[in-house]
Amino acid sequence: MGIDRREFIRIAGLSTLLGLGGTGAFELLAPGRVEAEIIPALGSLKAKRWVMVINQKELDDNTAQQCAAACHRVHNVPDFLNPPDAKLKLNPAVAHRYQVKWLWTEHFHNAFPGDAPAHMAEKVEHMNFLVLCNHCQNPPCVRVCPTKATFQRDDGIVMMDMHRCIGCRFCMAGCPYGSRSFNWRDPRPYVKENYPGYPTREIGVVEKCTFCAERLAQGLQPACVETSRGAIVFGDLEDEKSEVREYLRKYFTIRRKAHLGTNPQVYYIV
Amino acid sequence: MLEKALVGTKRYYGLLAILAGLFALGFLFYLKQLNFGLGITGLSRDVSWGFYVAQFTYLVGVAASAVMVVLPYYLHNYKAFGRVTILGEFLAVAAVTMCITFITVDLGRPDRILNVLKYPTPGSVLFWDMIVLNGYLLLNIVIGWNVLECERHSVAPPKWIKVLSYVSIPWAVSIHTVTAFLYAGLPGRGYWLTAIMAPRFLSSAFAAGPSLLILLCLLVRKYSKFDPGKEQIQTLAKIVTYATLINVFFFMCEVFTVFYSQLPDHMAHFQYLFVGLDGKTQLVPFMWFALVGMTIAGLFLVNPKLRKNETTLAALCGLVIITTYIDKGLGLISGGFVPNPLEQVTEYWPTVPEAIITLGVWAMGFLILTVLYKIAVSIKEEVKS
Repeated sequence: MGIDRREFIRIAGLSTLLGLGGTGAFELLAPGRVEAEIIPALGSLKAKRWVMVINQKELDDNTAQQCAAACHRVHNVPDFLNPPDAKLKLNPAVAHRYQVKWLWTEHFHNAFPGDAPAHMAEKVEHMNFLVLCNHCQNPPCVRVCPTKATFQRDDGIVMMDMHRCIGCRFCMAGCPYGSRSFNWRDPRPYVKENYPGYPTREIGVVEKCTFCAERLAQGLQPACVETSRGAIVFGDLEDEKSEVREYLRKYFTIRRKAHLGTNPQVYYIV
Repeated sequence: MLEKALVGTKRYYGLLAILAGLFALGFLFYLKQLNFGLGITGLSRDVSWGFYVAQFTYLVGVAASAVMVVLPYYLHNYKAFGRVTILGEFLAVAAVTMCITFITVDLGRPDRILNVLKYPTPGSVLFWDMIVLNGYLLLNIVIGWNVLECERHSVAPPKWIKVLSYVSIPWAVSIHTVTAFLYAGLPGRGYWLTAIMAPRFLSSAFAAGPSLLILLCLLVRKYSKFDPGKEQIQTLAKIVTYATLINVFFFMCEVFTVFYSQLPDHMAHFQYLFVGLDGKTQLVPFMWFALVGMTIAGLFLVNPKLRKNETTLAALCGLVIITTYIDKGLGLISGGFVPNPLEQVTEYWPTVPEAIITLGVWAMGFLILTVLYKIAVSIKEEVKS
């Protein structure tokens, strides 16, 4: 006999090890390729660094809610608090635990904890601030992800590859803005109307705002910007003539927890 | 040597059957979790890690504490510990196996776990944790098994085993340091963002692990012909004493920095744990019990009378195990997530399925521990006769 059992197991074991190492080597040789890559179409919007300026002065509460609703609609975000089918109604505490939020509103002292003075302008105190992923230039979520399922694109967008995510939720612990959500259960029955332009999710993966990368690739502005009646502007920070730069020149802006060094790319005019 | 695990008393088989039953029950609930998602746990958008990650963190400490018997023996030639190193190493094997299982159970997509190898990401602490934990498991299996085999045949262990034993010493420190770094490097979590996290992890590990080892030694003595030794237990007791006191001291250092600096986002977590926040006080009694209990245990253990009496020693070791478990299990993870980054309070409590799955993993670990200890003790008995 050519090889005995012991030898066979040794060879089989070694080739398995090499096989695993081999895939790793491919990833090292061609980094940045992901399973769910977005291929930009002709006429897609491009930038060196996408940023968002939210003009809270121009954003009334109604519009803010419409922005959040538009975002959640075009991304098939489930609504556990108000399910489409009354039979699916959950106990409110459970629905709160399962919540998935990409874009939502918060009061100043929650959106900017520690920054609220005891006496502040009444208007600002009750203002509904739109909060979302800040697409940090120095994102802790990307730093902690063990599989590069969340990564930063060249144009600054912090992206999610939901096909690669192992659901360890390290990114949720890492995000200092609470901008990430996890699919604690099958979200599909809780999606109001299936929007064909974006995939629904499976259980066990993390998701968040992507600055509407899939819409930019089609030459469209992010859904919230489109719905905001001019209260949100979106553009290239590196382009001096862009509208966002114009706004940043003209108005004093604040950012959430900028002292953490994350360099958030969502600016607020208050 | 495996044959030693197959023959035993009725009591041995009974214990194995109970542990296997609990494991099977946990596994059934795990199947349910796989089907429904992690929504069957008490976890939420705000508290996204809980019971599973807590057990993992605690058990990394138990595993790391094997170094407390290995180090004196190999580096200081403290011969007495030669009798118990195997117990420490096999405890580490069982503990690390539980750690890896808890991490797997906590994943939303366990089917993709190999992505960590497929897309190696050295920037992520989790990547390194995977390496050090698996490495430590391998080290302890190889060292423990070979040393035991040599003891059985009354020959000195080969030189390479000694080299591996030296390697395992800093490696043990590394597993708990890297685990602490999972938490201590996150900019938005005030409770964890502290340089003393890794030292605190090590001190509580060196308190809890040897405490468990003492209890296991007492059990081994009671139920087998192998006596781990009075001196060995007393030396371990001294390690427990000072590790517990150092752990309390480190905690006080943390309290000073947080409350003298008055940084709100660091204080909020301590307030939640020790007095409650926004009227939410679920963990307050547990945390006070842990802090007071740990301090009392440490102080009582200083008293030689209480330490030398094996009954009081066992009780105090039990107290150390429970209090460090509350501190590191319940408090550390929940405390870090409450309040959330928007300063809102969502409390967390494990659900029944979550607790049963947890129990199943512990049963699996103790099943492994029982089998390994059975082998070790049988060999020791064989050598003695």
